[in-house]
Amino acid sequence: MKEYISSRYNNSFFSVVGALLKGMQLTLQHFFRANKRREPTYVSDPNYFKQPEGLVTLTYPYESLPVPEVGRYRLHNEIDDCIVCDLCAKICPVNCIEIESIKATEDIGITSDGTKKRLHAAVFNIDLAKCCYCGLCTTVCPTDCLTMTKVYDFPETDIKNMIYHFTDLSPEQAQEKRQKYEQQQAEITEAKAAALRAKQEATRDKGNI
Amino acid sequence: MLALILCIVFLLLLVIVTAYAERKVAAFIQDRVGPTETGPHGILQSVMDVVKLLQKEDIIPSAADKRLFALAPIVMFAAVLAGFAVIPITPSAIASGAYLGVFYLLAIISLDVIGLLMAGWGSNNKYAVLGAMRSVGQIVSYEIPAGLAVLSVVMICQSLDLQEISFQQGILMNQFAGLENEVNYLFGLKALDLDVTHVGGITTWNIVRMPFLFIAFIIYFISSLAECNRAPFDIPEAESELVAGFHVEYSGFRFAALFLAEYSMMVLVSLVAVVLFLGSWNTPLPNIGSVQLATWTTGTPGALTGHLWGAFWLLAKTVLLLYTQIWIRWTYPRLRVDQLMHLCWKVFTPIMLVLVLLAGLWRLWMI
Repeated sequence: MKEYISSRYNNSFFSVVGALLKGMQLTLQHFFRANKRREPTYVSDPNYFKQPEGLVTLTYPYESLPVPEVGRYRLHNEIDDCIVCDLCAKICPVNCIEIESIKATEDIGITSDGTKKRLHAAVFNIDLAKCCYCGLCTTVCPTDCLTMTKVYDFPETDIKNMIYHFTDLSPEQAQEKRQKYEQQQAEITEAKAAALRAKQEATRDKGNI
Repeated sequence: MLALILCIVFLLLLVIVTAYAERKVAAFIQDRVGPTETGPHGILQSVMDVVKLLQKEDIIPSAADKRLFALAPIVMFAAVLAGFAVIPITPSAIASGAYLGVFYLLAIISLDVIGLLMAGWGSNNKYAVLGAMRSVGQIVSYEIPAGLAVLSVVMICQSLDLQEISFQQGILMNQFAGLENEVNYLFGLKALDLDVTHVGGITTWNIVRMPFLFIAFIIYFISSLAECNRAPFDIPEAESELVAGFHVEYSGFRFAALFLAEYSMMVLVSLVAVVLFLGSWNTPLPNIGSVQLATWTTGTPGALTGHLWGAFWLLAKTVLLLYTQIWIRWTYPRLRVDQLMHLCWKVFTPIMLVLVLLAGLWRLWMI
């Protein structure tokens, strides 16, 4: 062991002292370069991968590395474009999307890409505390209303606030829509029943004649 | 009494600044930014740390030797603080002008060991005992090269009075009672016949009066690192193996006192190094012909200018040494116990013995 070390390293007094001084010089250089520091540049910047001299820490809440516009972090649902098809909730591997739909009783318009909307979203919740940021929901979305945004810093003190509510209906409005739908269903059922009755009566009358 | 209060306040300030500098320098050396949040550039960080420590619960482990445990930080800090009594601050300000100042200082620095051992043993914790044992072994060993380095200075200066040693290293030498007719020759050699008594500055510092004292200074400085348990000789505290060594069980105010003692020790050994080797409160600038740099930067002893210049030069040199201590800490890895003892007994002690002999010879050439 000893022979190995002495054959590889020059252990003479002056070389050891020289090595010690070299170490001191190195740390001193770093100390004096502390007035320079890394800039929060974008990844396309030519200096991005050339570690400049000086401090490398970014004081995060005050400055941070820019994230691309197409960053895939927090989910966002543009509810006006959403047709409440439930595909995202079905594909989600961690079941973080909860959707409850109500069939619309009247015409509720079309999405920006021309798809007709037929469902109200009574509940459209995404629990971002559960989300694993796989992005599957955004790929299956037929109207591209569910997207990932570049926002990645959204901590909450209460975990309940990590559930994002995207619906544009208040619970009362949802209840109203539900009632309307049920009423319409009831009317339709009644109308159907009435029609059936009328038909049966007509046949009976014919038979009697 | 006033001197004591001044000394404690000054020491607290210096320790707080050093603790802040330690974190900032460490950060800069490692390309980090260090504390930034408390105050501009984080300058209040150390103050906040002290405030935090003072608010903490005073925990004494139930299995600890309570009296030893409680007494240890006080013993350590009192010992270090007592050392400051004989340090000359300016040509006319010294808390206690003891004739045996150097002797007293060496005794005080050794007393620190007792506090360490009390803390380690009193904690009733295996890491603390191991740390204290290592610390005692280290400090007692390194006292020998450090003591010999101090001895060589004492032989050159022929005095144990730190104020007299200070006066000898500058242009004010002949104003000290008993040194009126002394002459400083360049490199201390009378044969060279170059009278530098009134040139002063760096030419009359002890490391130049006897050039081999520079080696003694280096050895004293390294030994002093070992004596105040600083890296690369921090095996008593060795975070990676002993958690924190002798102070592992301490918290709150007692920990603050230990911390204070440790940093005061750093300041004390740096001050002693400056007084003994680097010209004490004397200016480093020499008088060159009509450019009386030394005279201009010395002031009138006894007057305000004398006090200010003296304190400034002493502190400037001390701060430089403190910076070097921090710088070394963040450069070198920790030594192993056997390497530590090897360095002390097989390298420093023989070199210092030769240097003491040389210092004796030099003294003969000086007169």
